Amino acid sequence: MKLPRWFHRFGSPPWVYGLAGALGPWIGGIAIVLIAAGTFGGLVLAPPDYLQGDSFRIIYIHVPSAYVSMMAYVILAVAAAIGFIWRLKLAHAAAVSIAPIGASFTFLALATGAIWGKPTWGTFWQWTDPRIMFELLLLFLYLGYMALRAAFEDRDKADRVSAILGVVGVVNVPIIHYSVIWWNSLHQGPTISRLDGPTITTDMLVPLLVMILGFTFFFFWLLLSRLQGEIVEREQATRWLRELVEESPG
Amino acid sequence: MLDVFLTILNRDLKLAYRRWSEFANPLLFFVIVTSLFPLALSPGQALLQTIGTGVLWVGALLSSLLALEGLFRGDFDDGSMEQILLSPAPFGIVVIAKIAAHWVVSGIPLIVLVPVVALSFQLPTEALATLAAALLLATPTLSVLSAIGAALTVSLKSGGSIIGLLVLPLCSPMLIFGTRATDLAANGEPVAAPLYLLAALAVFAVSLGPLAVAAALRVGLE
Repeated sequence: MKLPRWFHRFGSPPWVYGLAGALGPWIGGIAIVLIAAGTFGGLVLAPPDYLQGDSFRIIYIHVPSAYVSMMAYVILAVAAAIGFIWRLKLAHAAAVSIAPIGASFTFLALATGAIWGKPTWGTFWQWTDPRIMFELLLLFLYLGYMALRAAFEDRDKADRVSAILGVVGVVNVPIIHYSVIWWNSLHQGPTISRLDGPTITTDMLVPLLVMILGFTFFFFWLLLSRLQGEIVEREQATRWLRELVEESPG
Repeated sequence: MLDVFLTILNRDLKLAYRRWSEFANPLLFFVIVTSLFPLALSPGQALLQTIGTGVLWVGALLSSLLALEGLFRGDFDDGSMEQILLSPAPFGIVVIAKIAAHWVVSGIPLIVLVPVVALSFQLPTEALATLAAALLLATPTLSVLSAIGAALTVSLKSGGSIIGLLVLPLCSPMLIFGTRATDLAANGEPVAAPLYLLAALAVFAVSLGPLAVAAALRVGLE
């Protein structure tokens, strides 16, 4: 199979650095617009829930964070696998950049869930709920990944070892997910992805989808900027970076 | 291929036999941990009976974590792992043999020991067979996951504290299904479903896990 001509460029740090710099503001702009629109829709336009009143509105942060936390782990594992198989250093750099972002979103999902749980379930934390448990285990997976990386002094080795852990983790994520569902759940059942259509009204659903999209763009924005930082750290000794620094004003 | 498997298995078992105290420690640890719970909780028989299953399974999990440090450490430090990797023997088979040996010296004693300790938690005798069967199906998976943790950290001077962080979250399904099977058996309900799931996980882990272990060991030896 012949690779397309542009493909090799993804192995070139200066090119990816430039691409991340060029795309960053656009993706960030889209993220800000979407999140602003979703916030307005969620806090102002959507009607209050007839059972939960206004407290349900935290869903507009809770669900997007949970969504991004899981998406980020899959992207991390895919990037780590690409880096491991094709020895692509930039893929490793991407995986490294994702870990803290993913962990933060996982923590955000847990924290907003706890805040939401207090008025709705009457408790901040419910050990028997499978989705809380799953997010907590996901947080541990992120922390384990970061701890393993931090334990190695040699960056190349840290890249390759943590990539294996990432792939092992992502194979386990569905198993963990379905095994924790074995508990009786306090959580409301799925509201969006159901075969007979969502059970949430359109006024509430549209802002939620906008927020999910906005959080996704926000994630990629953070990823690109962290990736730039990671590239700078890894390429300290190179000439292109020195030239870039000398060219830039100030 | 079978030759390689049997040679390594034989060698590791012999090594374990000569240093048996290293493998007795995790079992002793298990007994001590489980006996700490009655001390820490108010001594009520009913309470101990309710939490007994969970205590036993968590204790078994922690003790298998304790046993994994030595899995590749000795071979790695004295250089024999490097020689094995350089030899023409397929490395995946070597890894499976080492995991199997580890399971024989750390898993099988647990399968025998846990039901005995379970008696002290007033677990109904009918549940003991299920408990042993669940352990028989769960310990191979635990051994594979332990091996992954040990292989990832093998080139670190002090990997011990990290391994728990890496391995324990991955062990949670075994904990869930194992305790579920034991609890169902204690209540006299059918236990096939969690046992099948444990068996499925064991097949999955034993067939794919060694690949990850071999890859991690190769990186560690670079």
